[in-house]
Amino acid sequence: MATIAVDPREDYLLRLGDDALVLGQRVSEWCGHGPVLEVDISLANLALDLIGQATLLLDEAGDGDQLAFHRDVLDFRNCLLVEQPNGDFAQTIARHLLYTTWQHMLLQRLQQSSDKFLSEFAHKAVKEVAYHRDLASEWTIRLGDGTEESARRMAEGLAWNWRLIPELFEVDDAMQAAIDSGIAPDPREFEEEYRAAIASVLAEARLEPPADQRPILGGRRGHHSEHLGHLLAVMQFLPRTYPDAKW
Amino acid sequence: MSSDWPLWEVFVRSKGGLAHRHVGSVHAPDAELALAHARDTYTRRLEGVSLWVVPSAEIVASDPDQAGELFEPAESKIYRHPTFYDIPDEVKHI
Amino acid sequence: MYTTELQKTGKIENLEDPQLLDAFEARVAADEFIEPKDWMPEAYRRTLTRQISQHAHSEIVGMLPEGNWITRAPSLRRKAILLAKVQDEAGHGLYLYCAAETLGTSREQMVEALHSGKAKYSTIFNYPTLTWADIGAIGWLVDGAAIMNQVPLQRTSYGPYARAMVRICKEESFHQRQGYEIMIAMANGTPEQKRMAQDALDRWWWPSLMMFGPPDENSPNTAQSMRWRIKRDTNDELRQKFVDVTVPQAEFLGLTVPDPDLAWNEEKGGYDFGEIDWEEFYAVVRGEGPVAKERMKARREAWDDGAWVREAADAHEAKRKQRKAA
Repeated sequence: MATIAVDPREDYLLRLGDDALVLGQRVSEWCGHGPVLEVDISLANLALDLIGQATLLLDEAGDGDQLAFHRDVLDFRNCLLVEQPNGDFAQTIARHLLYTTWQHMLLQRLQQSSDKFLSEFAHKAVKEVAYHRDLASEWTIRLGDGTEESARRMAEGLAWNWRLIPELFEVDDAMQAAIDSGIAPDPREFEEEYRAAIASVLAEARLEPPADQRPILGGRRGHHSEHLGHLLAVMQFLPRTYPDAKW
Repeated sequence: MSSDWPLWEVFVRSKGGLAHRHVGSVHAPDAELALAHARDTYTRRLEGVSLWVVPSAEIVASDPDQAGELFEPAESKIYRHPTFYDIPDEVKHI
Repeated sequence: MYTTELQKTGKIENLEDPQLLDAFEARVAADEFIEPKDWMPEAYRRTLTRQISQHAHSEIVGMLPEGNWITRAPSLRRKAILLAKVQDEAGHGLYLYCAAETLGTSREQMVEALHSGKAKYSTIFNYPTLTWADIGAIGWLVDGAAIMNQVPLQRTSYGPYARAMVRICKEESFHQRQGYEIMIAMANGTPEQKRMAQDALDRWWWPSLMMFGPPDENSPNTAQSMRWRIKRDTNDELRQKFVDVTVPQAEFLGLTVPDPDLAWNEEKGGYDFGEIDWEEFYAVVRGEGPVAKERMKARREAWDDGAWVREAADAHEAKRKQRKAA
């Protein structure tokens, strides 16, 4: 099915919606397997917020379930960061810190979007995401400045995801069109602020920021990592196998 | 390998104007995460507008064996209750 | 649910002070609540610790069969509902462990008893979830059976347990309904969906009846537990009640209950039903259920893999306190 979005608004909705959907799906994999009951519950709350955001965004872009369950890899618009595997708890926290710190800064600005839906969406989601960012920061600090083992794992989790940060600030043609039409903020405007925020959390966690790595790009145009295909295979299995069924 | 975090008691103010009420407990390594765990566990259905957490070990409780000496003497102080006093019905606003 | 008695403690010698014991029995008989610091007989403390921790273990192990379908839920709405439900079960396990902790056993000790195979949990969670209809069947039948058991426990004699049950019952009110809603969609869906729905009922019906525990004649501690108000109805009474309300629900779905002996008995005003395979039940209690090994492996892995996380947070707090003191 070809759903390559040409409309900059639809493309932008898919970018944000797919980010939330894919990250929500990933975090939900933890349910029942968290390091302690309380953390299991916290992680499920994060996933529930994200699935809620995805539902709003994808329903605005079209038929949410159709978009979530009947597109293939090339049509997904999420960034590479959110599709990364959970790894251990430190790697999950690293991914969540790097993504939600960005997402929070974006949503703060998106509240001023000229698009009524996006502005209202941002207004609601920014509160959820502030909590995500805070929780991820708290855990980064505890793991970074915890035991030797936790510091090593936290550093490894950051190192794994670090190469995927530049994609968050990439402005390609479709993104530029969304910025020009006034619906989307320009992420480059807060890149410096983002780097400083992450550096400040890492400093409190007594962790060295990983060395900058060669940026890996492509997710926003459907060129993903190998991980996304497997995530979709699991997530889409039922609606794909029984396309006529209602659930 | 095994270890669990200390226990904290959780108190929720369900809406402005009401007192915090004990709702249960959570395990947490420190005060900030105790608040986060309390929030994630006990306010998922709009149950609250404010939270307190207190280390369970810090709660000082009265001894049930002393319940008699502590609380029963109040039973005989019926003059502390408004119904103890006879005021004629025709007297209003008192 | 999870409240069924699956383990017997050895006879506890009655060395209690008879005066204290009489006073305790009188309080319980008068429907007073017993609170953590109150005097209680050792047998009451042990029986309750076992019952509440078993209940907690069941909630936590019970996350796994349904958790198996969170990543494969067929719509965004179903995904959010299932995740919220399984998360509720984590919360219920948490409330119950905390209630049991007030009796003097730490959560860590209870978790270790589960992982070593010493503690039991509800037999129902040792069966696999094969299709999406199983998620419907679990909500409908397993949560339905659980509600029967849990509602009376809101008035149980031990205060912290009763309060946990009040919260749990309130939160669980949507669990059974969401399951039945899935069954309605499946039973009225495509031929493949109908097949899944009937197959799920076929597989979950008998294990659901087993959830109420052994028949009354093989449940020797029932009398004491009922006197102590930590059990409010017998296993067979609850089982009968469950069958009576559930059979019409199956009929509404157009599904067949897999029991050739099932028949309405006008005289008793309830259904007669076939003999439960108690051999199967006791085998599953012993840990020989179809996916018992998988369930325990998943729980042990989560706990063991989480050890470094728990330690890290403790270590961080210790460092912070030290720095503050310096």
